[in-house]
Amino acid sequence: MKKGPGKVAGFALKHLLKKPATIAYPKGELQIDPRYRGRLTYTSDGCIGCQLCVRDCPANAIEIINVGTKEDKKYECHLNLGHCIFCAQCVDSCRKGCLAMSTNVELANFSRDALKIKL
Amino acid sequence: MSKRITIPIGPQHPSLKEPGCFTITLEGEKVVNAVVGVGYNHRGLEKACESRTYIQDLYIIERVCGICSHTHSTAFCQAVEELAGVAIPRRAAYIRVIMAELERLHSHLLWLGIAGHEIGFDTLLMYSWRDRERVLDILAMLGGNRVNYGINTLGGVRRDLTPEMMAEIRKVLDFIEEENKYYIELALSETTLAARLAGVGRLSHDDALKYGAVGPVARASNVPDDIRAIDPYIAYDEILVHPVTDDHCDVFGRAVVRVLEIMDSIRMIREALDNLPDGELTAKMPRKIPEGEVFSRTEAPRGEDTHYIRSNGTEKPDRVRVRAASEANWHGMAHMLEGDYLADVPIIIAAIDPCYSCTDRAIRLVNPEGGEEQLLDWNQLRRYSIDFYKKQGFDATKIKIAERKIML
Amino acid sequence: MLLALFNILIFPGFVFLSVYGLLFEYLDRKIYSRLQNRMGPPWFQPLADFLKLLGKESVIPEGADKRVFAFLPVAALAAATAAYLYIPLYSVTSLFPFEGDLIVVLYLLTIPTLCFFLAGWYSTSVYATIGAVRALTQLFSYEVPLFMALLAPALLADTWSLSGMTAYYAAHPWYLLINIPAFVVAIVACEGKLERVPFDISEAETEIVSGTFVEYSGRLFAIFRMVIDCELVVVSSLIAAVFLPFHPASAGLGFLLYVVKTLAILFILAVFKSVMARVRIDQMVSFCWKYLTPLALIQIIANLLLKGVLI
Repeated sequence: MKKGPGKVAGFALKHLLKKPATIAYPKGELQIDPRYRGRLTYTSDGCIGCQLCVRDCPANAIEIINVGTKEDKKYECHLNLGHCIFCAQCVDSCRKGCLAMSTNVELANFSRDALKIKL
Repeated sequence: MSKRITIPIGPQHPSLKEPGCFTITLEGEKVVNAVVGVGYNHRGLEKACESRTYIQDLYIIERVCGICSHTHSTAFCQAVEELAGVAIPRRAAYIRVIMAELERLHSHLLWLGIAGHEIGFDTLLMYSWRDRERVLDILAMLGGNRVNYGINTLGGVRRDLTPEMMAEIRKVLDFIEEENKYYIELALSETTLAARLAGVGRLSHDDALKYGAVGPVARASNVPDDIRAIDPYIAYDEILVHPVTDDHCDVFGRAVVRVLEIMDSIRMIREALDNLPDGELTAKMPRKIPEGEVFSRTEAPRGEDTHYIRSNGTEKPDRVRVRAASEANWHGMAHMLEGDYLADVPIIIAAIDPCYSCTDRAIRLVNPEGGEEQLLDWNQLRRYSIDFYKKQGFDATKIKIAERKIML
Repeated sequence: MLLALFNILIFPGFVFLSVYGLLFEYLDRKIYSRLQNRMGPPWFQPLADFLKLLGKESVIPEGADKRVFAFLPVAALAAATAAYLYIPLYSVTSLFPFEGDLIVVLYLLTIPTLCFFLAGWYSTSVYATIGAVRALTQLFSYEVPLFMALLAPALLADTWSLSGMTAYYAAHPWYLLINIPAFVVAIVACEGKLERVPFDISEAETEIVSGTFVEYSGRLFAIFRMVIDCELVVVSSLIAAVFLPFHPASAGLGFLLYVVKTLAILFILAVFKSVMARVRIDQMVSFCWKYLTPLALIQIIANLLLKGVLI
């Protein structure tokens, strides 16, 4: 191209006829890859309470609590969304496959206490 | 107007993406003195690493920077793997290279947009960031997040590349190559861009060596400083890089270096995708890392990243030190700013591609007897260490700090 | 008398100018964003911005002179509106034509720029002072080419009145082709007058944080924004009246044609804004004096020579 000002004019004018590259969220839809690391999900069926996920969490966000008795153990998982950094290390550390990441990313809330959720 | 006025750029300013204070003394429109003040983004990450295990530290180190996060985590993993004596599988090395080069793509496209915004050319910002969105979608598909893609783990990588993903990557690479060819043409022929970028922020070859510039800043002053070629790590001994140097020595040269590096990265990703070996993804890593010290360096999009780790045989490291590339580039900033106009200050600051989050690892000396604290700058630190060793009978003043041997 | 009052205040006076100015701002931002391949603001955005700013508190810095600080935006708005009354819009004559009103319009258009300079100077903030000095330097560089480019068609038409010029060119439409270099110079100089990219140096966001308007907030800033919009309408109407003065017989059709002409000029200005980077002040001064002024001079000389030939 020869030198001169305003060289991008041709390229720019072509865009007048194209669709804009903006997603009008929340009216438009959000496209999230299924492998995206969103909110954690937990199934208590295979959980043996080894606490490896708690040990490996960099942010101290996850807690596995035994709400049953010593003979009849029943585990619950509490997650602090305000602390979680969505790194999925807990998913990798769990040897029984009880944890998985979903694609739920709309996690904002009005109060800090509501961020401590039970999975 | 021969009266001098002092104008603060920062800590809050529309041209700075993160806080940093530049006190500029002006005479008319010319800058006669500039004082660079960084340190507003200090988060105490190095101290936080000492109280967490290595696998937790991986995620802390990854979050040192949002844009060069993969390079930091690669350097950390490399360091720990070397301490433990573990060799990662070849497939993992290739996947790490692909992610590193994709990160370079997105970082340079981001820089192109920021440079356009600083000189008032918002159209370039919108176009290059629209293209960057495609790269971010690929990174989200591969790693799981658009920034801070946690694909590294100690001993290898966490996720695999399927053939569908590879086809998707190739499509995006073709698209970016087309657009980038247009940006190169634009950079070379648009007169308003050349008027704003050429001749601004000069850093000659000798000054670049004296101030220790790294990355594209050094390469634009004809210093062939590319760690991927000098000290090949992960799979860079098989996927060879062609370092791009330019001898403009100013902001225009840095723009040219970055835009040409995008083309080189695209070539390297294609080569890595074609030759991806089969195999495992991770190697087994022990929880307790043996005692030792290790120094690892990588080439981030901004330059040379160095990590130092000292371990004492337990699960938690003894000391982690991160020196990011932007930290090395700040030293020449006062020299680059003086003599140019006020209108050039934002683009000169943006041309070294500063990452304030990477930079802020301040060194504080505490006197154990008195408990007083001091913040030392480079000259004071050097003086302090020379005096310290003189007392022990060792004269260090003969060592020249400006000499550096560069081997290709 | 009542008709004159209606003309000055409602149509095509103050109210029409403000509404048309808001519409122009919306269209300008929409074209700018579509050229950048993104969705732009909705149609009520300029009105929403204006109303929001009216509702905020106006903070006046301690070192600034209160009365001058509050008076400057109003003076600028009054000057821009007064200039609008002398431009022929939809018929061959303007509302109050007289011989020499071209010069009056040009001087009335200089007053907003002087108000911007004074606003920056009286703000006593470092950024504002730098912005004010830049605004004045910019005035010195684009004023001469702009005046010469607008005077060249007047020389050919042998009259100093805008209405007289419009009548002359309506009678000899082919002479408009002679004025094309002056049209180009006028468009480029108008980007400087309106302080838009590539010449928005006095209000450079990334360098001096809004320059002259740094200390203005609330109602006063709303009036300044309105001044910028009105200036956009007045300048486009002026260029349309001098360089594209086609006027059909009926007033309604003339009004429609006026809207089409001003929208076309707005389109050209918006494309200009999106394809260039901002230049430095010293580069702007050298560009205006090295390229624009000689081109305008050539146009004046050509017009003078042709005047001798044609008449």
